[in-house]
Amino acid sequence: MSGACLRICTAASCRSRGAETLRQRCSALLESANSASATQGVAGRDVTVKGVGCLGPCSEGPLLAVDAAAGGSRLFSLGTNGQAGSAAVIEAAIKAVAADLHTAVADGDGSAVAQWSPPHSRELPADDPFLALQLRRVLAQCGRIDPAEIADALAAGAYRQLQAVLQRNDPAGVIELVRRSGLRGRGGAGYPTGLKWATVAAMPGGEKVVVCNADEGDPGAFMDRTVLEGDPHTLLEGMAIAAHAVGADRGFIYVRAEYPLAIERLRIAIAQAEQHGWLGTAIAGSDFSFHVELRVGAGAYVCGEETALIHSIEGRRGVPRPRPPYPAQRGVFGLPTLINNVETFANIPALLRLGPEAYAPGTKVFSLTGQVRRSGVLEVPMGTPLRTIVETMGGGAPAGRRIKAVQTGGPSGGCVPASALDTPVDYESLQALGTIMGSGGMVVLDDTTNMVDIAAFFMAFSREESCGKCIPCRSGTVQLEMLLRKLLSRQASELDLAQLERLCPVVSEASLCGLGQSAPRPVLSTLRHFRGDYLALLEPTPAAPPQEQNP
Amino acid sequence: MSVCTLRIDNRDVAIAAGASVLEAARAAGAAIPTLCHLDGLSPVAACRLCLVELEGSDKLQAACVTAVADGMQVRTDSPRLREIRRSVIELLFTEGNHVCAICVANGHCELQDLAVTVGMDHSRLPYRFPDRHVDLSHPLFGLDHNRCILCSRCVRVCDEVEGAHVWDIGWRGEHCRIIAGLDEPWEAVNACTHCGKCVEVCPTGALFHKADTSEEKQGHPERLQALVHARNHQQWQP
Repeated sequence: MSGACLRICTAASCRSRGAETLRQRCSALLESANSASATQGVAGRDVTVKGVGCLGPCSEGPLLAVDAAAGGSRLFSLGTNGQAGSAAVIEAAIKAVAADLHTAVADGDGSAVAQWSPPHSRELPADDPFLALQLRRVLAQCGRIDPAEIADALAAGAYRQLQAVLQRNDPAGVIELVRRSGLRGRGGAGYPTGLKWATVAAMPGGEKVVVCNADEGDPGAFMDRTVLEGDPHTLLEGMAIAAHAVGADRGFIYVRAEYPLAIERLRIAIAQAEQHGWLGTAIAGSDFSFHVELRVGAGAYVCGEETALIHSIEGRRGVPRPRPPYPAQRGVFGLPTLINNVETFANIPALLRLGPEAYAPGTKVFSLTGQVRRSGVLEVPMGTPLRTIVETMGGGAPAGRRIKAVQTGGPSGGCVPASALDTPVDYESLQALGTIMGSGGMVVLDDTTNMVDIAAFFMAFSREESCGKCIPCRSGTVQLEMLLRKLLSRQASELDLAQLERLCPVVSEASLCGLGQSAPRPVLSTLRHFRGDYLALLEPTPAAPPQEQNP
Repeated sequence: MSVCTLRIDNRDVAIAAGASVLEAARAAGAAIPTLCHLDGLSPVAACRLCLVELEGSDKLQAACVTAVADGMQVRTDSPRLREIRRSVIELLFTEGNHVCAICVANGHCELQDLAVTVGMDHSRLPYRFPDRHVDLSHPLFGLDHNRCILCSRCVRVCDEVEGAHVWDIGWRGEHCRIIAGLDEPWEAVNACTHCGKCVEVCPTGALFHKADTSEEKQGHPERLQALVHARNHQQWQP
């Protein structure tokens, strides 16, 4: 068997390095080659090109995979290994690749392409730890299928679990499977998914709503974007299964406006799923209907908080409200509402395919970024040690530097010191260290980093993104950032440090929503593990300050 | 009507089910400070002054939105709560420009009173002196953003009681401010009925009668409460 398929990552990261141009050039080239062979009466060359979602190691991008029809697949990095190339360099590289591919195509019937290595590229061997140590379940089809072609997704098994669920028609049974699997919310809080589903299912009333929270806003987090851009059908299938389980017939996907490609792919996927009868009325011949609407956020981080998200969907100001009532009781338009994160829903098809026992303990998708040699998106078994992710898979800190800490959980999380890198990543272990699993953003910080600077960065973020409804968050984050800036400008005394430590618990205990409550965590965690960084910034306190300017 | 019995600061209280912890505490004589809350308006739990401790939970709850439950044990005063309340008042003072001596509400200001209640003799945090403005476009009333604490009572009374919805909150975080209409001068908003309810419920001197000079403004939340009571019970004769 001859022939080959070129998969070119056209997700956001590789796209920013010219991957979409590369895909267009390669497609056009093959098309002309095919039409030429058709006019000459020879068999068309069996080579296809498709744009796919994220292939993983984003820092190596643009990435290109060559699948031989005979089996086997090779992954190539066309990137300049972390060095941001100028537009001209990228353009030259794309030209060289396209020209070389032209030769390979002209050479034969596709077998030449199957053996082809792009010029100036580096092959990433299959046993590369970044690839080999992954367990891709949520991302199983991400990077394999063309996200804009439902036929591709269907051929890969999309919507098969939904079909099975509709045939069995046992919503309570599905909830029980989810409960037994131990799946917990992947958005950060880790609430048991089965329990949440059961609560919504048990609510009286015929009208219920399922909401997918795709308002991924943590700095350094891009896991959900990867799923949305690379395999939107898995998300839609998970949502439809959830809707069937809890008795909902309406769904909303709340996606941030900063993800234009994800929005485009979702629009296409929803339309195609409706055309093929996997969304809409009477799905797969059953009496189950599920209509999904896309709602695009307007730039407020706080709208990732579920009650603010509900307000935003309803067309109101996106501010949180006290719970209870929980969304399961009163959610969108006052209806019982199930809200899960993108990754949680995307886990469901794999969970049902494998069964709860084989599925457990599940996987977690992380976006690895920061001062690390290889960054990108990876999915590993729950409980993988941080060291494996950061050092083995990510290659550790750049040459000549050492890892100082790993920041997890964004502005709601904290820093894990290098000494605790053997901690397994699971909800409890990270909490014990004063941080959180969070949604999966993992920012590696090396020994050139001042941790007070990191704390100030996240506090500035929380200050900027505070909705302003409750005073501790609205005004407390401002005062906390002012204290941190004072420290950084070496004008702070021990009294200021004491003030910082006094104000942090006030903001975390008194704020209304989770964002305010967790806003001081980057400060508290760096104070706990890197107090020396703070003390080094204190101005020496003179015994008797005669010409002290500050009171 | 079913009744809940609970314990507030070591006092047993019986109160109708569905009541809030704040109502129960007031019935028990426990003084919980409040600022955004006002009887007659919907609760929003924004000022965080009414946070209380519940036995068996480490998480503080806002008394104004927490429903009573049988056997609940509530603590309305503790060093932890006192620290939070004082800090909240300090944060309010430092984020605005509150100059009592020249304020219309001096002597009748809920923020001022609370500062005394929580023992805020000075602020431990620096004052920020923000650049804020005054809207004097309305013929009868004025809005001084320098004194506004964003309790949203004016927003709620105008929407829920007067039905005009002149006010709302614009912007985000530290940039939040009360806006009339679509951030227009007050006078330009035709929806305003000039009823003055917003002025009467404002806890500080932010909303005031133009005729008032320092110390002359008195809030009149009891007028709102009389009106809400009359509407709810259809009793229009006092």
